[in-house]
Amino acid sequence: MYTIKTFIAAVSFLVISAFTTSSAGYKVGDVATDFNLKNIDGKMVSLSNYKDAKGFIVIFTCNTCPYAVAYEDRIEALNKKYASKGYPVIAIMPNNTTVKPGDNMEAMQARAKSKGFTFPYLMDEGQKIYPQYGATKTPHVYILQKTSKGNVVKYIGAIDDNYQDAAAVNVKYVENAVDALMAGKEIKDKETRAIGCTIKV
Amino acid sequence: MKRCIFLLLLLVVACKSDPKTDSAALMEPEVIQEAPELEIYDFDGLKKFLETTSDKTVIVNFWATWCAPCVKELPYFEQLNTNYKDRKVEVILVSLDFPNKYDSNLKPFIVKHQLKSKVVALNDTDANRWIPEISEDWSGAIPATLIYNKDKRQFYEKTFTYDELETEVKQFLK
Repeated sequence: MYTIKTFIAAVSFLVISAFTTSSAGYKVGDVATDFNLKNIDGKMVSLSNYKDAKGFIVIFTCNTCPYAVAYEDRIEALNKKYASKGYPVIAIMPNNTTVKPGDNMEAMQARAKSKGFTFPYLMDEGQKIYPQYGATKTPHVYILQKTSKGNVVKYIGAIDDNYQDAAAVNVKYVENAVDALMAGKEIKDKETRAIGCTIKV
Repeated sequence: MKRCIFLLLLLVVACKSDPKTDSAALMEPEVIQEAPELEIYDFDGLKKFLETTSDKTVIVNFWATWCAPCVKELPYFEQLNTNYKDRKVEVILVSLDFPNKYDSNLKPFIVKHQLKSKVVALNDTDANRWIPEISEDWSGAIPATLIYNKDKRQFYEKTFTYDELETEVKQFLK
């Protein structure tokens, strides 16, 4: 009887913890999963491909969300500034393309071409990756730092504090975080929030 | 194109008039109704809609015209607003449309869909400040809804059906 109770308790604990882990996503300090997702050029991309990277600016974004569109140029600028310093932008499109055909692979390719994206723009085929990260909206940023434990989440949230006007930004959250990581300093704002479009399932 | 403009005019006029005078209005398509006045607030201005000392129940829905799941659930909020008016329930639709879309998208949307609930626009770029003030549980995705009365408040980062919304509101009317 005792063992059955223990067994049930253990199973419920496993079920509950499995559920909470998957629904809550990563917190700062967690090790982020790698992935193998198709890029707009047809090649598969994993974080492990980037041997020389010190970390990553992973951004869940898409074509069809006005907030994501408002940040396109700023995402490109982040990659231009930080890829050569060891923190490339890795963009992942998390939406269900049946619900949002404007986010399908052809549309992603067209958008990347017209905007001149220099970062990989990956399709979260089957929508397996964004729930593990805990992304809820586009755009949603996760800054990772490569360590001996794996890619550790160092920052979660917004790109900056003004979605309407890049010129009126007061705090560049992502730049400040990456600069702090490169300087070996503590990140001031580790988690920030912004309005975004719900990821379409 | 001309046809489109004419239809649009008809629509604008039809929205304004009450059902009895519809036919009369249809014959006078040159009468153009002005776009509705839009109340625009920053977060400090919006705060007065986020708490109450009276005995009403308030449903605050955060939405935008470009947000498909928001637009899909909007009729349920409208329906609830109508059905529960005499139970002291008030619906406030807080639009997060970009300011440069107020005239081109938001105001025409309000007219086209004949929104009866109060619509206000929130224009405050420092979302990192006000999102957690509205709810610690809000990641920032929309649609999002806050229901409150003077005793309690509940936040929902989800889409609603009419039945789901009614069930939640009933919890506040007990």
